[in-house]
Amino acid sequence: MRAATWNQAGGKAWGGYRLVAVLELTNISKHFGAIQAVNDVSLSIEPGQVVGLMGDNGAGKSTLVKMIAGNFHASHGTMRMDGKELILNKPAEARQHGIEIVHQDLALCNNLTAAANVYLGRELRRGVGPFRILDYAAMYKRAGQLFAELKSETRPRDLVKQMSGGQRQAVAIARTMLSQAKIVLMDEPTAAISVRQVAEVLNLIRHLRDQGIAVVLISHRMPDVFDVADRVIVMRRGRKVADKTIASSSPEEVTGLITGAIEQVS
Amino acid sequence: MAVTLDQTIAQKQHSFLSRLFSTQTFWVVIAVILACIFLSFATDAFATSKNLYNITRNITFVAIVALGMTFVIITGGIDLSVGSVLCLCSMVLAVTMHAGYSIEIGILATIITALVIGGFNGVLIAYLGFPPFVVTLGMLSIARSLAMVASNNTVVFQFGPDHDKLLALGGGAWVFGIANPVLYMIVLALITGFILRWTKFGRHIFAIGGNEHAATLTGVPVKQIKVAVYMISALSAGIAGIIQTGWLGAVTTNLGTGMELQVIAATVIGGANLAGGVGTAFGAIVGAALIEVIRNSLGLLGINAFWQGVFIGGAILMAVLFDRIRNFRRSD
Repeated sequence: MRAATWNQAGGKAWGGYRLVAVLELTNISKHFGAIQAVNDVSLSIEPGQVVGLMGDNGAGKSTLVKMIAGNFHASHGTMRMDGKELILNKPAEARQHGIEIVHQDLALCNNLTAAANVYLGRELRRGVGPFRILDYAAMYKRAGQLFAELKSETRPRDLVKQMSGGQRQAVAIARTMLSQAKIVLMDEPTAAISVRQVAEVLNLIRHLRDQGIAVVLISHRMPDVFDVADRVIVMRRGRKVADKTIASSSPEEVTGLITGAIEQVS
Repeated sequence: MAVTLDQTIAQKQHSFLSRLFSTQTFWVVIAVILACIFLSFATDAFATSKNLYNITRNITFVAIVALGMTFVIITGGIDLSVGSVLCLCSMVLAVTMHAGYSIEIGILATIITALVIGGFNGVLIAYLGFPPFVVTLGMLSIARSLAMVASNNTVVFQFGPDHDKLLALGGGAWVFGIANPVLYMIVLALITGFILRWTKFGRHIFAIGGNEHAATLTGVPVKQIKVAVYMISALSAGIAGIIQTGWLGAVTTNLGTGMELQVIAATVIGGANLAGGVGTAFGAIVGAALIEVIRNSLGLLGINAFWQGVFIGGAILMAVLFDRIRNFRRSD
């Protein structure tokens, strides 16, 4: 189990030597007709790292994320995963490569249980040949274990309809842990929930990181990024204008970068 | 904190009883039972084996189509064409057999007709994005018209060499004196219940009704499933058509007129939600049963048949009212 070794080593205990990047983008651009949405962006993300991706509306964050998620093709540039070139034609292929997305609206079905939502689209079945039925017991069990790993109080048999924002996030995040995810993209996970639930979600992110999973956190909320991220990447008008460790930056600097008051930092 | 993981996993939101009491289907069952008890005392004719035989058989045609409709309604769609499709399918069966073909070929032709029509509805809805209401409203008109074309608007009552087989199929009572249609209904209800609860397909149907966008994002084959549910709905109308033809022994072009509303009423009374995501096979049967008991009892109690619509409409509103009251309490 890969995840177990990461766990023992801990999230940030990598110290002296440098890891192979789990995801590396080189000179990625995307244009829609005459509009240059993403312009010559290069970045690399390492295992067990939380990267905050910030920028104003229209800065190119979602376009960038959609290319990583397999929704869009890059117009120029290459993506590499674990050193190998990555070409994605559709979202399902991204999933096969270990790229998981937590959508802003979470993509949950209110009328189903937490376990059913976790397994949506990849239900477990038992039986032989065409006579295969849903394996409720196995799905409840594994979903319960995932929620326990996330230290969430979510129960597998509860309907999502009656859950709090934080619990719903846990369901969406548990979904990304079903397979051996290498990188999880989270789109505004703290945008529409209460303060207490924000703390809960940030903890969920730390749990993912502790298992060696890289997390890209797309957020407008400065405190969340500075609380949980190791690095912050700022985009403005399609370009990457900053890529620095949290320790070497400050909310003021990032705000300046987002608005354009600060042109660029290296 | 002595709660183990296994306990958390086993933790249910409600006990069995509280879940039972909170379902609309349960209360409709109670209503049906109370009505039956009342009618057995109030009239001499109700609790006779002949009347019960009639009631159970009359339930089946609406109930079988309601089973198919349940799939569609769970996905959040609607199929208004079932009455006309039932008529067209009956007519295809009648015309094929009248022309001298065997009952097997007649049934095969009927089922193919149903699947083609359902597939046509489904493709327009799933792939071309037509609203289900409009597509199936169009098909309501088209299918009945085709039935008239197929028969030249005549009544068909001779079914060729296999005439007797067909009548036995729909009109017989092969097991313990239970009408054959009732047996078919029970088998189909069990199959429907199994599919909804135990298959991936069933799970995905509920997912589409709950949040279609989420289903798409998580890789559920939404379009294919939508086509399949409209095919199932048309197929159920076709099967009901075959059975009803065997029972009636004649097919006219006004067969199944207005049936779509009864079918939708049955599913809604049984607890399905027209907004999607909720519905059961048992509910469809119980809803059909309540409608038939109301109809039957009005006749036995000597109430003018013109009042039927008022009582059935009242039952629909009552059933949904229960649901609203429960939701009000929850939102408090």
